[in-house]
Amino acid sequence: MRLTVNGAQHHLVGLDPRTTLLDVLRERLHLTGAKKGCDHGQCGACTVLLDGRRVNSCLILAITQPDARVTTVEGLGHRGEPHPVQQGFLEHDGFQCGYCTPGQICSAVGMLDEVAQGWPSAVTESDSEDLLADAEIRERMSGNLCRCGAYPNMVPAIREAAGR
Amino acid sequence: MTNTLSRAVGSPLARLEGPAKVSGAARYAAEYPQDQMAYAWIVPSPVPRGRLDAVLTDPAEEDDVLVVLWHGNAPHLEKSDDPELAVLQSDRIAYRGQPVALVVARTLEGARRAAQVVQLDITAEDHDVELRADHPDLHTPDEVVPGVPADTATGDVDAALATAPATVDVTYSTPALHNNPMEPHATIARWDGEDLVLYDSNQHPSGIAKTLGTVFGLPAERVHVIAEHIGGGFGSKGSARPNAVLAAMGSWVTGRPVQLALPRQAMFSMVGHRAPTVQRIRIGASLDGELTAIDHESWTQTSRLFEFVESPGVVTRSMYPVPNLRTSHRVVPLDVPTPRWMRGPGEAPGMVALECALDELAIRLDLDPVELRARSANPGYLSCLRRGAERFGWSGRDNRPRQRREGDWWIGTGMAGATYPANAMPSTARVRALGHDGYEVAIGAADLGTGARTILAQIAADELGVPVDDVHIRIGDSTLPVASVAGGSSGSASWGWAVTGACRALRESGDDEATFDTTELVGKMPTDRHAYGAHFAEVRVDAVTGEVRVSRLFGMYDTGRILNPRTARSQFIGGMVMGIGMALHEESVLDPALGAWVNHDLAEYHIPAHADVEQIDAEWLDEPAADLNPMGAKGIGEIGIVGSPAAIVNAVWHATGVRIRDLPVRLDKLLPSL
Amino acid sequence: MKTFEYRTATGLADGLEPGAVFLAGGTNLVDLMKLGVATPDVLVDVTRLPLDQVTELPGGGVRIGSAVRNSDLAADRRIRTGYPVLSQALLAGASGQLRNMATTGGNLLQRTRCRYFMDATMPCNKHLPGSGCPAREGDHRNLAVLGGSDACIATHPSDMAVALAALDAVVQIDGPAGSRSIPVTDLHRLPGDTPERDTALEHGELITAVDLPVLPVAARSAYRKARDRASYAFAVGAVAAALEVKDGLVHDVRLAFGAVAPKPWRALAAEQALRGQPATRESFLAAADAELAAAQPLRDNAYKVTLIRNLTAATLSALTGDVR
Repeated sequence: MRLTVNGAQHHLVGLDPRTTLLDVLRERLHLTGAKKGCDHGQCGACTVLLDGRRVNSCLILAITQPDARVTTVEGLGHRGEPHPVQQGFLEHDGFQCGYCTPGQICSAVGMLDEVAQGWPSAVTESDSEDLLADAEIRERMSGNLCRCGAYPNMVPAIREAAGR
Repeated sequence: MTNTLSRAVGSPLARLEGPAKVSGAARYAAEYPQDQMAYAWIVPSPVPRGRLDAVLTDPAEEDDVLVVLWHGNAPHLEKSDDPELAVLQSDRIAYRGQPVALVVARTLEGARRAAQVVQLDITAEDHDVELRADHPDLHTPDEVVPGVPADTATGDVDAALATAPATVDVTYSTPALHNNPMEPHATIARWDGEDLVLYDSNQHPSGIAKTLGTVFGLPAERVHVIAEHIGGGFGSKGSARPNAVLAAMGSWVTGRPVQLALPRQAMFSMVGHRAPTVQRIRIGASLDGELTAIDHESWTQTSRLFEFVESPGVVTRSMYPVPNLRTSHRVVPLDVPTPRWMRGPGEAPGMVALECALDELAIRLDLDPVELRARSANPGYLSCLRRGAERFGWSGRDNRPRQRREGDWWIGTGMAGATYPANAMPSTARVRALGHDGYEVAIGAADLGTGARTILAQIAADELGVPVDDVHIRIGDSTLPVASVAGGSSGSASWGWAVTGACRALRESGDDEATFDTTELVGKMPTDRHAYGAHFAEVRVDAVTGEVRVSRLFGMYDTGRILNPRTARSQFIGGMVMGIGMALHEESVLDPALGAWVNHDLAEYHIPAHADVEQIDAEWLDEPAADLNPMGAKGIGEIGIVGSPAAIVNAVWHATGVRIRDLPVRLDKLLPSL
Repeated sequence: MKTFEYRTATGLADGLEPGAVFLAGGTNLVDLMKLGVATPDVLVDVTRLPLDQVTELPGGGVRIGSAVRNSDLAADRRIRTGYPVLSQALLAGASGQLRNMATTGGNLLQRTRCRYFMDATMPCNKHLPGSGCPAREGDHRNLAVLGGSDACIATHPSDMAVALAALDAVVQIDGPAGSRSIPVTDLHRLPGDTPERDTALEHGELITAVDLPVLPVAARSAYRKARDRASYAFAVGAVAAALEVKDGLVHDVRLAFGAVAPKPWRALAAEQALRGQPATRESFLAAADAELAAAQPLRDNAYKVTLIRNLTAATLSALTGDVR
């Protein structure tokens, strides 16, 4: 079984078919940036990018993804420089305990790509609307729970990362 | 950059561990790779009361299993002061979800499956899980917290209520709530010879080392607890939880490091929660709003294992000066999980009743709710009321309900006071001069997202007269000098005091190392001091659906000196966000027939999502409380959830004219009256 | 999670042995497997089958491949303009991450979120027939007021399915006995005394596509959902509606209710009551009442009747004035 994570190809020997992508990342590859908050797709802490799209890695069986490119929070940024979303979270104190943070950041990166493609959200009223208005960011980021309540600081962090 | 003139304390320094947290490098308890690590999974009791007679395993699911532990084969544990830690020691079942067996397996998948198919031979017994204000087993606890009596009375409350020109007599109830930190309670345990090493998610490494030492018959120094980063706790990680003991037991038996990360569902039973309360509050006042009497009665529940008393009446003892005041607490043991601390224990539910009842009094007296409170407020609180009202734009409010409608939305505003005791607890810090490498400051404190690591560096930098970059903070480790729990909004005061003392001792002695223990100083500190605040909320209620949204939430606080405005603001707004959850979303639903919390996951137990949090902000007076501690600081971790739920409930009344006295305020309760 | 054999489906005619189930996005199945509620012996991964396209049907209408992800479908221009209720319903559900994973077929086949069903240690006639239904006396605040039985009052949790029910969608099915198609409103069963069977699918049958017919009224359609928090929450009540008004009278209408029944609830009685009537709030309320007359609320879910009544009137009223 092969798996490509952050550009590196891994060969997983003896993989239990029950193992989720999240558990492969954390327990086999020791990429513990993706977090386990609920293990059932109810919190978003495990969010990674799968072929560029944000997904809950806790609900994906690793065995189903031999051809996918997985990007985790450890794979964001470039040559030691943080990704603009990571930078935004630092500048705006977009976290407290930090446990939901890697998932928030991966989710925001995926979300910004969705916005770039013009995807609507539940609060989008029309095509001409600013898809990165505060209410849009809040709705689009609602799949990532934060018990510390750092949401208000994430909004400017994400908007600035998008260059707004 | 070296600038020893500017003070670090008070500056908005970014969290020191921020880069590690945003890059995924920060390690939490379950994230320390170990050779030959095994995985544990708990088997929860499926009944709320009874006797476990036997545990049978399924051979078909045993490929990976190393051991299945239960009271029939588990190692003996010593007694601690927490009966919940006597795991797998008895055949008695005290609540549904209590761990009755532990599977340890080579793989996570194998452990989980084996735990699912373990056969429990149980003799179930009749159970009682329902809190009622007339429950025959209700009794008066000796104390609600150590040193705090269950009942108090001054003046003649009954006479004052009987003669008061205006009174309210209302009963509020708050549901069971669960802390639900994002990081589940988790432990990796490893025995290095006779020494126990625990990577554990907790708020108190020093205390947990001591407790685990007691349980395993070891001196505290033989137990090494590491809690470098903690993914939230809000009280539930304040003391050792069964996961730490079970992981250590599993490791002892198998000879391997064992990881036990609780599934989210298990966090609803075995790690604590805020107990439900029923509170009757009676207030007497003159027609111009002078408070003459308050009677605050409360009823709550605990488990059969341990008496933990949620104490809503305590806050009423200090919030307003009232000549005739009575507070009482009754508790009933039921076949339910043991409640524990949750952010603002006592204060958060207590201020729902007190501050909502005051709103009802203001309505009866036709007084502005801010003015009613202002008549009884001390100077700090009064400033919060005045400045908060100004910043929020309170003046000119039409106090009549159901006056503002925009489209389908009813709009209203509400407010409530806030308070929290200014606590400090004994701690010890050590400072070492490292020559050109600056200074190492060591204390067994824990940073669960509060910013503790950062503000301790700021405090030390100023005391040592060096830039923050020259200070290296070591926390989150029980081998460091003993520190108090990260709880009770006391961390900054307690640890900052010890760090201040150690730094001053180092400078005064000229030595390379100094240690400072605050026990004596803390013992002399005034114990009747509080932080205050005022919360203001604007809500909109959908007339079609009854859905409530908090459009604006603002907190103004008198919390002494603010050590770091950046992390402080995050703490305040984080508390208020949890206040939104308490007001509108959160409720653990107990099925009486099964004795189970039925909404035991994050899809069904709703904490606020991002879309629930709109405009929210905090400001503060920033007036140092110089007589409290060297920093002049009061705690800020909890006050945001104290009063903010009441402000929202009051705003819902103002928007709709509907008074909800049974939290949370949900659409099904509002809809019949909209 | 019970261990299982995993294989990828190579063609539609593969068939399924007993104990085998299809796996697509996994957002519900993997969840239930972890909980021990679903215990398949074999997982047959259908995500590599060529079912992930949205295409136009020869006679008009749209064919949605069953493996089309919820997020792609919600963003599809043809859906957004021709069938906005469907796009809105999809976007009202779950989260951005889950919508990127969940498929059209899987969304239809997701199982109830009844809290007793979701816990393998609790009695539930759906996961262990004959074990009883504790919800009737216990926690049923978000369970069915329509279509339930003594054995089960579970609600179907999908938002998407409610929109599809309103849109006269047709489910294309392939299986060992050949292919067939059924209206989406016939896909889900009412529980009766066999609540363990959610749908009309036979073992080994696979949903290959969902067809949306040519439906002019759908261009003016909307989905409105009420829930316990602002986002990332299942509905406590929802209405999918499409409305065409001519000369002040209801010319054509489609209406379906969500989170009130074991299936997406097509409100045919309400539609019947509305056709030809003045497009007024009073008519809309009367139509809702006609449908809700059959409601059998329990101790804690009677609010759903009021909620659906209000939502129906508000959603239809908005469509009378909505020109976007």
